[in-house]
Amino acid sequence: MFAYIIRRIFAAVILLLVVSAVTFAIFFLLPRFAGETADQLAAQYIGKNPSPEAIAAVKQNLGLDQPLYAQYWNFLKGLVSGAEYKFGPEPATCHVPCFGYSFKNHLEVWPELSKRIPITVSLAAGAAVLWLVSGVATGVVSALKPRSIFDRISMGVALAGVSLPVFFTGALLLTLFSYEWPILDNLQYVDFTDNPLMWARNLILPWISLAFLYSALYARLTRAGMLETMSEDYIRTARAKGLVERKVVTRHGLRAALTPIVTIFGMDLGLLLGGALITEQVFSLQGVGQFAVQAISDNDLPKILGVTLLAAFFIVACNLVVDLLYALVDPRVRLS
Amino acid sequence: MTELQKTTAAAAPGSAPSSDPFLSVRDLRIHFDTDDGLVRSVDGVSFDLHKGRTLGIVGESGSGKSVTSLGIMGLHRSKRARISGEIRLDGEDLITAGPDRVRQLRGRQMAMIFQDPLTAMHPYYTVGQQIVEAYRVHHPEANKKQARTRAIEMLDRVGIPQPDRRVDDYPHQFSGGMRQRAMIAMALVNDPSLLIADEPTTALDVTVQAQILDLIRDLQDEFGSAVIIITHDLGVVAELADDILVMYGGKCVERGPAETLFDAPEHPYTWGLLGSMPRLDRELQDRLVPVKGTPPSLINVPTGCAFHPRCPYAALTDGRSTGELPVLAEAAPGHFAACHLPADERHRIFAEEIAPRL
Amino acid sequence: MTDTQTAPIPSPAPAPDREPLLKVTGLTRHFPIRGGLMRRQTGAVRAVDGIDFTVNAGETLGVVGESGCGKSTMGRLVTRLDEPTGGKIEFEGTDITHLSAGAMRPLRRDIQMIFQDPYSSLNPRHTVGTIVGAPFKLQNAIPAGGLKKAVQELLELCGLSPEHYNRYPHEFSGGQRQRIGIARALALKPKMIVADEPVSALDVSIQAQVVNLLDDLQKELGLTYLIIAHDLSVVRHVSDRVAVMYLGKVVEIADRDSLYRSPMHPYTNALMSAVPVPDPRRRQRAGRERILLTGDVPSPINPPSGCRFRTRCWKAQDVCSTQEPPLVALKTGHQVACHFPENGPENGPEDAPGTSEA
Repeated sequence: MFAYIIRRIFAAVILLLVVSAVTFAIFFLLPRFAGETADQLAAQYIGKNPSPEAIAAVKQNLGLDQPLYAQYWNFLKGLVSGAEYKFGPEPATCHVPCFGYSFKNHLEVWPELSKRIPITVSLAAGAAVLWLVSGVATGVVSALKPRSIFDRISMGVALAGVSLPVFFTGALLLTLFSYEWPILDNLQYVDFTDNPLMWARNLILPWISLAFLYSALYARLTRAGMLETMSEDYIRTARAKGLVERKVVTRHGLRAALTPIVTIFGMDLGLLLGGALITEQVFSLQGVGQFAVQAISDNDLPKILGVTLLAAFFIVACNLVVDLLYALVDPRVRLS
Repeated sequence: MTELQKTTAAAAPGSAPSSDPFLSVRDLRIHFDTDDGLVRSVDGVSFDLHKGRTLGIVGESGSGKSVTSLGIMGLHRSKRARISGEIRLDGEDLITAGPDRVRQLRGRQMAMIFQDPLTAMHPYYTVGQQIVEAYRVHHPEANKKQARTRAIEMLDRVGIPQPDRRVDDYPHQFSGGMRQRAMIAMALVNDPSLLIADEPTTALDVTVQAQILDLIRDLQDEFGSAVIIITHDLGVVAELADDILVMYGGKCVERGPAETLFDAPEHPYTWGLLGSMPRLDRELQDRLVPVKGTPPSLINVPTGCAFHPRCPYAALTDGRSTGELPVLAEAAPGHFAACHLPADERHRIFAEEIAPRL
Repeated sequence: MTDTQTAPIPSPAPAPDREPLLKVTGLTRHFPIRGGLMRRQTGAVRAVDGIDFTVNAGETLGVVGESGCGKSTMGRLVTRLDEPTGGKIEFEGTDITHLSAGAMRPLRRDIQMIFQDPYSSLNPRHTVGTIVGAPFKLQNAIPAGGLKKAVQELLELCGLSPEHYNRYPHEFSGGQRQRIGIARALALKPKMIVADEPVSALDVSIQAQVVNLLDDLQKELGLTYLIIAHDLSVVRHVSDRVAVMYLGKVVEIADRDSLYRSPMHPYTNALMSAVPVPDPRRRQRAGRERILLTGDVPSPINPPSGCRFRTRCWKAQDVCSTQEPPLVALKTGHQVACHFPENGPENGPEDAPGTSEA
């Protein structure tokens, strides 16, 4: 078990390194193949009509004149121990984790990015709880009474949920509950630590619209998983013991059916933490997704790199947690 | 209170017990509605079983033998199943009893062990947890410690070495034979009066099979319970059963005491089964005598005698085998067969054609 | 053919005037186990651990053993579906131990395989015609009379109807599917067929049909069989010679009659006495005669030192744990690997099994 955990963590770290290398290469290597020179790259930091001296200075300061592997190494070093840059007379310290400076506003990437994280985490986590509970519950009830009215209706709604995009359901909810009947008007992100009640009130609509999509998916997954599990031999054994059906379903059926759901849940949550782009856009939440959109439209490479790595980190981390959970749930993984 | 009283209610094998049967099944029918049509899995099966006795139900796949046992346990899927007839367990009719009443009896009065002990145990719980669960369903007053002690005691009884340690193992850490022992421990943890074993040794190796059959026999002697053993293997029933019921196409075609059924089988299907299997206890035959054709579909059971398309003697019944359902008639004391052939004709055929080849 | 065994018998056996069709020497297959932090190889499952045997043209060698004894792995090695770790496989004098897939291709005509499960071994999307005709196409050997005619002849040979050509596997019963599998194996007129549990998935009445078919085909086409099975009665019926495997080793190999009449290895004795016999009268006697092995087969990762059976053997002595008994011929055509064989020519049946008796 111990070896298993160490191996998983080790693999996760390696994976992150590979992702960072690939992303770094894509953003800083490919432009060179396309003919962009280090001068042009450096020019982006300076603004209009840069003088050759200024370019040369920036190039040297940022290490853009060094070979790429050295630049990557500096980048990694910056991530773990910070870096110092000399833009002007004052040396600027780029704090850990240093993702470098924005092309546009010359600010450090990380502080700007990190203040977006709570918003996205709030959005994703709330929605995740909502969809997990509603999706799994719907799926279980559907599976226990296949072809019943409940099953047919909920699976119909689920199909709609999968097909309807968030920008439709989100906009609809917003129109109904913020404008038509202003129960939840004036939505603005409030930090959880400031006012938990307002935090929840203002996030409830984004949660619902995001969760609707996912819970539909999870309801279908759970239903399929439960149908399969409930026909297993060990379910028959549980019934043969004389257990009441409720216990057969929860302790024996659900326990086994949930395992694959947990895996997918980890992936989905990880993906969302890297930015729930459309939902953030619809509800004007200044989250990681919005940050990414802005960075891309500005062609601000350090920012894009930062947000990409952050997203990758979330996915890898969530998968690591899932792997460890898996071992906790399934003794065959733990003890083999 | 029942724990200690049950022990030696067993009648000596051979002597027919005179009391009321512990389990009495009358004209049991279990049909399933499917998209392809009505599946008549069990179609009019009757038998009695006394405590301390073992009934063997023999048949091929699709003969309805497993569905019969699931029906007794109330484990057939009730949604699309239609069940009729009578199942009396200790005088109480299980078909008219509510599902919750049957559930209370399940695991307490009647227990079941299954073919594949690996898939029949939950992979995520330890063997001990699963036995403890089975015990506490019917002994809610027992605390965890008592239940665990009971589980260890049962594991010890079924021959698991170091039961106090192995109780915390997961099923996948057990070997096949040990898993089946653990299944048996789980089934017997509440001292049931009826034990149904559905192909209990089919997934096991011969040497392990011998151990398990021995264990079942020992435990029956000790607890005096009634046992139903369901199998396709005539060797296994011969090892354990006092009475044997042969099923074909959802019906009972022959029923009788084990000795007479093997010595003087009455039904051509039973002859076919005996002729099909190579036997270690006989001189080597040059050729096996198979039954032609394949077992019937339970949706389109042949009219008349379900076995007639495969029966070499169907022509000797003046066409009755294709049009008329044969009834189970007493051919010898306690020995019933459902066959249109006249009894003396049957005996002649068996003596002249079948017996020499067995 | 029985008196021309290849073993070094201390008898003036004349030099065999023909090569055995298949000769296996020291065949080994170890599956690596990886573990620990770096996933280094920490051990090996010694599935097949140095076995020797020969199969002569036209005969049937049966291989019996319990699950995990390596018999199926051995079958896959001989047909070169798996790569041996060591040893040598010669087919008609050609060393095929490490032939590449390409170099094996012409030999695939001569060695064919029949599998256990007739459900998963046939592609459900192909017609019977395509399945049985596939070997012709793969080998670019379209027969003179046309593919369809050849396939239909094969179907008839295997007891199927030529009209089945355009049907799909799901339209057939288990027994018929096994016939389709056999027809496919026969397509290229192989010299040898390796059958892994060819009848164990079939119903009893169908088993006999397939066993008889294999018999007929051997007589008609002069086939050589290597039949792997766990059922000792079936193996006795089909084989000329029988090899008994235990934990990756051949512990006894002999002519059929010699093996079944006077098995020498204690394991073989235990195995045979464990087979349930369809005769309830023998039950009382069997209880006394049966050798009940205790415990389970040890792990092939860590097999016992010396004789691998010693941990379950009632005759084991100190020498059994230190010296591995070699497979030697004690009688003509009867080789056994045991320090204290039973029914041996010199030590006679003086000792009955003691403590482990049932």
